Amino acid sequence: MEIHLILIFMICAALFAAETKDLISSLIALSVAGLGLCLAFLILKAPNLAITQLVVEIIYVIILIRATIDKDLPLVRDGRWLFNTVSAMLFAIVFLSFAYFALKEIPVFGQPLMRVSNEYVTSGLEKTGSANIVSAITLNFRSFDALAEAAVLFTAIIGVLAITRKTGKIDEK
Amino acid sequence: MSLYFLCLILFCIGLYCVLRKRNIIKIIVGVGIIEYAVNLLLILIGYRQNGRAPISANDQEILNMVDPLPQAMVLTTIVIGLAVMVILVALALRIYEKHGTFDITKIRRLKG
Repeated sequence: MEIHLILIFMICAALFAAETKDLISSLIALSVAGLGLCLAFLILKAPNLAITQLVVEIIYVIILIRATIDKDLPLVRDGRWLFNTVSAMLFAIVFLSFAYFALKEIPVFGQPLMRVSNEYVTSGLEKTGSANIVSAITLNFRSFDALAEAAVLFTAIIGVLAITRKTGKIDEK
Repeated sequence: MSLYFLCLILFCIGLYCVLRKRNIIKIIVGVGIIEYAVNLLLILIGYRQNGRAPISANDQEILNMVDPLPQAMVLTTIVIGLAVMVILVALALRIYEKHGTFDITKIRRLKG
């Protein structure tokens, strides 16, 4: 029941973030939705994720406010209001009606399929020595995923450096 | 079922923000909302009724843990989402430097 309330709260925050004119308040509303997600993770019994989400959320807000704080932001008008809104709504309705049929196929809320995870849950402690099964999975059973994640982070850093580079190609004379 | 549906409504709001808005920062906000919705959907699928957190205790046998596998995967997804967001912000700043605006319809001088 609480999770319903938090989801509705997140939807309200997301709507406000999408519709407000002021960019800074839009970013604050985005971070409100992220903190709601953090609470939802806590209720859904995922403490590791809640901690990570909290840290990442704060970094998001810092980066995004840094990107917008000293720019002059003229009001961006949206052209062809009616046509664009109606087509976006139509697309959302089609998406949700297909999702209604697709959601019947996945396991019911509260009864997960635990075919693979049963192995991890029952033998995780003896095999890895870690009491926290989630960190046992990320760092031991599936540690190549963590390795690839680190590779993605380094690639992102290289990408940011390449994008924000000031000097162009130097002419050879 | 209703929870999954609310989650997909959140996804649709993010999609609407990406498709409909003309400000680059608003588009980045929409990408963030989509990411939240997908992460939450994966965790919701792995939840067990009256489950306990997947942390074993010394003095008791815990039989009803929630599914730890989606949690481990979503942990990876959150960090990769941060990397994607950083690259998007860097691109937006670069566009602002070159064109002096965040409006995507005003960006016309693509060559050179």
